Amino acid sequence: MPSPHPARDDAGADVIDLDRARRRPPDPPPGEEPPRDRDLDAALAFLRRRLTGDYDVDVFGFDRDLTERVLLPLARPLYRSYWRVRAVGLEHVPDHGGALIVANHAGTLPFDALMTKVALFDEHPAHRHLRELAADLALRAPVVGPLLRKTGNTLAHHDDAVRLLESGELVGVWPEGYKGVGKPYGERYKLQRFGRGGFVTVALRAGVPIVPVAIIGSEEIYPMIGDARPLARLLGLPYFPLTPTFPWLGPLGLVPLPSRWTIEFGRAIDTAGYGSGAAEDPMTVFELTDRVRATVQQMLYRGLMGRRSIFR
Amino acid sequence: MTAADGRRVLITGIGGELAGLLAHELEADDRVAYMAGVDVTEPRVPLSRTEFIRADLGNPLLSRVLDGTRVDTIVHLSLTATPRQAGGRTRMKEHNVLGSMQLLGAAQKTGSLRRLVMKSTTAVYGSTHADPALFREEAEPAGRLLEGYSKDALEGESYARALGRRRRDVGVTILRLANVVGPNVDTILSRYLSLMVVPTVLGYDPRLQLCHEVDAVEMLRRATLGGPPGVYNVAGPGIVYLSQAIRVLGKACVAVPLPLFSGAAGVVRRAGLVDFSPEQLSFLLFGCVGDIGRMRARFGYEPRYSTPGALADFAAARDVNPMYDADTVARAERAARDLLAGWRGALSLLRPRP
Repeated sequence: MPSPHPARDDAGADVIDLDRARRRPPDPPPGEEPPRDRDLDAALAFLRRRLTGDYDVDVFGFDRDLTERVLLPLARPLYRSYWRVRAVGLEHVPDHGGALIVANHAGTLPFDALMTKVALFDEHPAHRHLRELAADLALRAPVVGPLLRKTGNTLAHHDDAVRLLESGELVGVWPEGYKGVGKPYGERYKLQRFGRGGFVTVALRAGVPIVPVAIIGSEEIYPMIGDARPLARLLGLPYFPLTPTFPWLGPLGLVPLPSRWTIEFGRAIDTAGYGSGAAEDPMTVFELTDRVRATVQQMLYRGLMGRRSIFR
Repeated sequence: MTAADGRRVLITGIGGELAGLLAHELEADDRVAYMAGVDVTEPRVPLSRTEFIRADLGNPLLSRVLDGTRVDTIVHLSLTATPRQAGGRTRMKEHNVLGSMQLLGAAQKTGSLRRLVMKSTTAVYGSTHADPALFREEAEPAGRLLEGYSKDALEGESYARALGRRRRDVGVTILRLANVVGPNVDTILSRYLSLMVVPTVLGYDPRLQLCHEVDAVEMLRRATLGGPPGVYNVAGPGIVYLSQAIRVLGKACVAVPLPLFSGAAGVVRRAGLVDFSPEQLSFLLFGCVGDIGRMRARFGYEPRYSTPGALADFAAARDVNPMYDADTVARAERAARDLLAGWRGALSLLRPRP
């Protein structure tokens, strides 16, 4: 019996919509594969834009084209396959408007910042770019400095942070700084002092929420068992890490451990309620700094207890 | 001063391109009754009613000229950035710093004076890795770190401010221009970017902020005729990276390691290509970008050219010796695409099909 709407009834039967079949373009001639060619076209168009300087950068030097087409694709395999990062609680990060992401810092090299960037771009529904506040030492370094700027970093300076937040950007800060990245293995997941709370002042001034973030797994990638201070001083570095493999195995020692990561975004702490004068009030700033630090520390302990092994 | 009298304007450094263009604009304005231009070289722009006074700023004649012509506005544009043009760094400093000092000293005694406009540079902020992305006007100038032109400009600014303090009836406007580019002006940056092969410092890529000559002249004109006094950064919105600018211009660059760069810059300087001085090295490492918010909000000026726009206009108007252009690259892109698609097609024929 013919039915005007046969699709449901004929489960299993291969129903062909004749109109659509007729409209479909003819099969490509043998030897051509359209989907792959689209990648090729995109890659060549990217090269053309780079060669002719036809791309936009913002005043901080953020190069969206380079970040989305070079940095993130390079970081993605680390995120997905190597550290198998799980991003939790992304709903606490607003879809638009400024917010300050505050996380723990460790791992000798700041891979934690890079992975947080990937998480927010790949897994957040609004595909947000994280704008990190970097140390001046990193921005001074040749090759690394310009690359950091081009991929969205800027100086950890009050003016830059407020300007980014007020223009509605998502700003990432790691208040532990060098004390964090260069912390010995024995002190993993123990938060260092959170600077002087400059990040809280910035959030208060811009009136944006603070999102506490706990990154688990990052503090085991390079177990730092020693710090060659004289060598660090000689090279002008904040620390010179000694790990079970570095520098003994040479470049091979640079391979990080494949720990399993979880990046947990916590409930946002509202700052708008404190009023505009709060940024000038040291007691409010201290109190809020402590609160953010305690929140991140609690999230870390909770996350560590729920973890069965470093690698799973 | 009544409206019927009209404005009486004196421009220093009238031999420069920007000063010439400004004088040209002001000559066409019937609010301006009298125009004079001071310099040791003649204006390059043909001017009709500007009285040219061939004098050095140190000339004692100047204060008599100021009094005699009853000027109400001085536009101080004579600071030079190029030692060769001034005849060596010592002469340049003498011209820039002592010249400003003497001019502003004479200006202080000129009873008719009501307005001082001075051209300065965003280079007074200096270029280091530890600076915020954008300099606001109230940022501490780099002071001791500065050398050469930027140091002269900062000292000139301090004399101008001192004049403003001592003569409350004189409105002082200091315009800190970013690197000026355009069809008519010749600056260190424009000559640098016109080199056949542009030397850059290996591993560094400064952000550049540009000011189109049209916007520079227009801001000078508005500041001369009115507008709230104060210090303003003047530039087009946005930035370009040096590497990007070189590619927009279709040029090749050679990245020189930092320890060798001074040597390379010396070769360029001695070859007479660019009057490149050592203090510009830090600019090529970290760049310097001013916040133009105050110019937009308080002065109410919206630049006609953005930084990328100014660069594009510069590329179109000047013979910058491009090695390639966008069309060549687009053709190469199509050729590469056809070639790669062809290879892929050939490869897929070899692949077994189900």
